Amino acid sequence: MDISELYRLAERGRSRRKPFRIRCCMAAGCQSSGAIAVKQVLADALSAAGLNDKVELCSVGCLRFCGHGPMIATDPDEALYERVTPENACSILGALNGESSMAPRCDGNQPFFADQLPIVLENSGQIDPSRIEDYIAVGGYESLYQVLYDLTPAETVAAITQSGLRGRGGGGYPTGLKWSTVAKMSGDQKYVICNADEGDPGAFMDRSVLESDPHRVLEGMAISGYAIGASHGFIYVRAEYPLAIQRLQKAIQQAKRYGLLGSQIFDAGFDFKIDIRIGAGAFVCGEETALIHSIEGRRGNPRPRPPYPAESGLWGCPTLINNVETFANITPIIRNGPDWFRNIGTAGSAGTKVFALTGKVQNTGLIEVPMGTTLRRIVEAMGGGVTEGRVKAVQTGGPSGGCIPAQFFDTPVDYESLQKLGTIMGSGGMIVMDDNTSMVEIAQFYMEFCREESCGKCVPCRAGTVQLHELLSKIVNHQATVVDLEHLEALCQMVQEMSLCGLGQSAPNPVLSTLRYFRDEYLARLKPSMLEEVGHHVR
Amino acid sequence: MTLLNHSPSRIKSNQDQCDLRYKTLDITLKRNRHQPDALIEVLHKAQESFGYLEEGVLRYIARQLKLPLSRVYGVASFYHLFNLEPSGAHRCIVCLGTACYVKGAGQILEQLETTLQVKVGETTPDGQISLLSARCLGACGIAPAVVLDDVVSGQQTAESAIHAVQSVRTPVVAGQGD
Repeated sequence: MDISELYRLAERGRSRRKPFRIRCCMAAGCQSSGAIAVKQVLADALSAAGLNDKVELCSVGCLRFCGHGPMIATDPDEALYERVTPENACSILGALNGESSMAPRCDGNQPFFADQLPIVLENSGQIDPSRIEDYIAVGGYESLYQVLYDLTPAETVAAITQSGLRGRGGGGYPTGLKWSTVAKMSGDQKYVICNADEGDPGAFMDRSVLESDPHRVLEGMAISGYAIGASHGFIYVRAEYPLAIQRLQKAIQQAKRYGLLGSQIFDAGFDFKIDIRIGAGAFVCGEETALIHSIEGRRGNPRPRPPYPAESGLWGCPTLINNVETFANITPIIRNGPDWFRNIGTAGSAGTKVFALTGKVQNTGLIEVPMGTTLRRIVEAMGGGVTEGRVKAVQTGGPSGGCIPAQFFDTPVDYESLQKLGTIMGSGGMIVMDDNTSMVEIAQFYMEFCREESCGKCVPCRAGTVQLHELLSKIVNHQATVVDLEHLEALCQMVQEMSLCGLGQSAPNPVLSTLRYFRDEYLARLKPSMLEEVGHHVR
Repeated sequence: MTLLNHSPSRIKSNQDQCDLRYKTLDITLKRNRHQPDALIEVLHKAQESFGYLEEGVLRYIARQLKLPLSRVYGVASFYHLFNLEPSGAHRCIVCLGTACYVKGAGQILEQLETTLQVKVGETTPDGQISLLSARCLGACGIAPAVVLDDVVSGQQTAESAIHAVQSVRTPVVAGQGD
């Protein structure tokens, strides 16, 4: 493969487009809502009407509005349909001719769509994820070529550093700094790992990226491999995402066939291969040292850091670990330049962030917004507010994060502002809660999660989460006293400070953050005989 | 009809099936060049063909990968997705991710427990339904989600979930056990 061949493939991909296109969302959400049957009906109708040379029916990745699936989009009129059923699907064909459609139209100009700035999701819903030709047709793998021929590895790292990209897995560590640390390490054998173990309940951004645009992640990984001097990459995916795994496997096969992965990529003397490793249901494997153990075929127990994986990671070799969304940002940064990226978002947090907007909100689905967008904009305008009652809080960061009460909704979403509010950006789950959601129960729910998922290696986390969960259950069941509440806070601090890895260190966060903003809910749940005493305390 | 009449052929077919399952496992072992770091992949494949990880299979894998049995058992028991016990004919998984939880997945699970008269993680006495829970399937957009035999259904209620479970259940014909 050389660049002229890549351009030819791209040109061929573009020229095979037909005047009309019907894009059916085939991401996991819409598939569960019956998208496959809908597509079959459309395929049959197109054949019956002899329209196959005019209309292209294609499967695409996520069209974002997951709660209203199955979603269908048509070109060139860019109409969007929601809740399409096999019964009303055929009328979409008539709509291409200007007739009215039976399938419910979805307003593509509402804030949910209009306020999005797709960078990571730019191809999501646009291309067929199972066809590498589609990805190449929109300029795919050109950035890899550009890097191999126009930039040295050091310049590639510098470009990422200059872009201001920070890790999208939740920690927000500067990506360029991570890359340069691994690049500086001596040794011939280095590894790249893509962390696709998206275990946070309520988050599905990485799943959507992998299902909708897998080649973008592969390309990002290959670029990072060139930059740090690695020739072997692993993608660690949750077993709970069978469709993502299937699409990744196919994507890797196709890239190999075209010589875009493997040895001598673009004849530039650069080799890079990618293997998939499938998880087996352990939340702790999202922690980087545990993830490395899991790839090595061991129990997913974390180990103390340092040494950091950048120094000693997979099989003791320097290893770069980035999240799916981080890798998905690499290609556009190379293509458009680091300054373009830096100018998006806020000074400290460049670029966009993909969020999975879920919970008691009208519009659930996937959104990508510039950093610095306010929570109010996201929840009230894009999400359309709660289904009933009043918005109470938004939870970010899953079991490692916290709740943000409605009075802070004017806060811009970036790494620092969220940290100040006692939560974290996390990987991007955003769960909206209304008046009916009890915050103490939410804290209990997360603690149960952490208790179950604690790997058991260190005592503070193994025993601490059990004790914390018991205390929280006591409060939920109106059996706790003020002393229990004090114990709860002291224990939170202990678990936070003494645990070995991120799981334990952050496990108390949901409790601390709900205690900070919703303390009265805790007090109201104390033992009835305590309430008087509490009243005294408050006074 | 009695079981006895059928038993010779049944045993034979079981053996064939067993051999076939070990053959599938061998292919995976070979593909991974018997590397110990492929343990998790091999366990996945073993569970796929055997349904669960029985002791004999774990021993076989340990021998093939030249790993101590303790290590193989340690890994198999660490990860939630590996079952060391056989599961029911049908698997009903209620997602308890946060999005599903705030939309009432807890009540769905409770009602299923009451209807099936089992606790989560257990199988009905007739071996028909295993009731399980999951920590987020990434189907939050269509919460609450319930998976019945690998098919994800969104926007579920307790009634719809119970109805779905009951409809896959094979009706017990009286006198069959005689």
